[in-house]
Amino acid sequence: MQKETIPPTFIFPKAPTGVDGLDEITDGGFPKGRPTLICGGAGCGKTLLSMQFLIKGITDYNEPGVFMSFEEPSDDLTLNVKSLGFDLEKLKADKMLIVDHVRVERSEIEEAGEYDLDGLFIRLGHAIDSIKATRVVLDTIETLFSGLDNQAILRAELRRLFHWLKQKGVTAVITGERGEATLTRQGLEEYVSDCVIVLDHRVIEQVSTRRLRIVKYRGSTHGTNEYPFLIDENGISVLPITSLKLDNEVSSDIVSTGFAGLDEMFNMGGFYRGSNILVSGTAGTAKTTIGSYFATEQCKNNEKTIYFAFEESPQQLVRNMKSIGVDLQKYLDNGTLQIHSSRPSLNGLELHLLTLRKLIKEFEPTTIIIDPISNLISVGSDHEVRSMLVRLIDMLKVNNITALFTSLNKQHTDTLRPDLAEESVSSLVDTWITVRDMEGIGERNRGIFIIKARGMGHSNQVREFIITNNGLELLDVEMGPQGILTGAARQSFKNKKTISDIKLQNEISRKDREIERKRKVLEANIEALKNEFESAEEELSILKATEELQKEMSSKKK
Amino acid sequence: MMNELSEDTNTARHKFTLFVSGMSVNSGHAIENLRRICDQYLKDNYDLEIIDINRDKEQAGIHQIVAIPTLIKHEPLPKRTIIGDLSDSEKVLKILTLIE
Repeated sequence: MQKETIPPTFIFPKAPTGVDGLDEITDGGFPKGRPTLICGGAGCGKTLLSMQFLIKGITDYNEPGVFMSFEEPSDDLTLNVKSLGFDLEKLKADKMLIVDHVRVERSEIEEAGEYDLDGLFIRLGHAIDSIKATRVVLDTIETLFSGLDNQAILRAELRRLFHWLKQKGVTAVITGERGEATLTRQGLEEYVSDCVIVLDHRVIEQVSTRRLRIVKYRGSTHGTNEYPFLIDENGISVLPITSLKLDNEVSSDIVSTGFAGLDEMFNMGGFYRGSNILVSGTAGTAKTTIGSYFATEQCKNNEKTIYFAFEESPQQLVRNMKSIGVDLQKYLDNGTLQIHSSRPSLNGLELHLLTLRKLIKEFEPTTIIIDPISNLISVGSDHEVRSMLVRLIDMLKVNNITALFTSLNKQHTDTLRPDLAEESVSSLVDTWITVRDMEGIGERNRGIFIIKARGMGHSNQVREFIITNNGLELLDVEMGPQGILTGAARQSFKNKKTISDIKLQNEISRKDREIERKRKVLEANIEALKNEFESAEEELSILKATEELQKEMSSKKK
Repeated sequence: MMNELSEDTNTARHKFTLFVSGMSVNSGHAIENLRRICDQYLKDNYDLEIIDINRDKEQAGIHQIVAIPTLIKHEPLPKRTIIGDLSDSEKVLKILTLIE
């Protein structure tokens, strides 16, 4: 019998960072038992990231940690991270955390002869041993270089330190200030070669974005892109840009659009659950209204919905929708609907995306409306926007969230195809509905049509719709001689039709009367002929009688 | 005048703490070098405490010790910290203001 052998899959041992998103990029965390270098410029979040690594290690994975600070005193650190919801004092009291501030002041220290850094080793070793720490942070060890003169000793000692840390089997995080030509000012990356992460803080067009990149990670796969990250009241969260595969589950459920007429335009009677819908159109074509309709419809079915309004405040949106008979307040009150308003320029794209992600995690909605997505486009460059939308749509797909985006187009008069602004979105969305102005003689009508609907047959007509006090109403298709009619043309066509109808009616009755007259004439003629015939017959019979009489007479004469 | 000042500093009692680590070469040198200096310039007028941070690990943190060996002069003020094996006697003496 052949024994079945399963090839052993080696899993590189990792220490999960507990930092939202970072574990996904690093495929599980930092290399366990090895040093990791985090470098970046001032204020890019090195200390925070390393602190979060320690604290999450303690709270989530029960791994005690040592934080050796070369820059900030322990009290300052405690205070700094307190605002992010980390209570260092408690962890210290629980013997899970040791914070040691190493102060090396150049002005206070003189050097005379050979030395080594045994003091540091012993302090660190003592701290590690006393709480059985498995995680260690050295923040920022390069400070030593400014405090001590003998570079040769320092370099040799650092090499020894990292070697020693490895031997100790602790997962260490070393932070380093970014240098001009090298990753760190003192070239720490030469010593720490297992995993190097670079943090970056950039301001482009007044919008700041923090980014993270894994420069190298020995013995493991990792994402190689730059990943934006966010520091907020919960610490750091990193945003993995793209999921590598397109293998999310799909649903064949249909959700109604909430707009009766629009449902009919789709063969299946609505959108697929978990699909993305783009509603594009020029200004004032009722995109928001369509979005709100969909939102209320979903809320009605107890589907949790988040409405991101980038143009209106929640109050304004609620009021405006009320004017056409859409009651959003009801659902806000019962908690199925959330409206989030912010100016798109408030944050960088990534921050918006992260906010979205956070809200999705917290609220777990099944429906999301972003009104309008084109406002986000104004924040970044084409490329950035596209990549962000890909990420957004990925994220929504993975969570099986039905998403409706509205997109504002520039005014277009000559073509039905919307402008290039949403070229970037169009290939990503599953369903694309366009609402557009149809300008005629002195008036403007709204038309709606479906450009595409993946996996579903749909109407090819441009349907006119109107907004009344009771909401949206899709009008019946009116086929004129030149195609589909709208607005006044529809009206005049109707009028013309009525007039011609009346005319026809008149004509018919006139013809009827004529026939009647003709019949009467005919009947009269028939009567006359009959009479003639009768008189001829009479004459004939008279003649016959006369002849009979003559015959009789002649026979008598014989 | 200058002589008087140096006389004054020389006569004040010196208090030193020397931090060493076990039997390391540098530590041994430091102890030797310090003894030699003290015997020459501060005969019987000094207190020297030698702390082996390998045994007394807490002390390393308390005194902010990073490098070994570290010599701290507590008295007379100002407090001075010298790291290294003290092989550069001239520099050490200058720092301790034992010579001009």
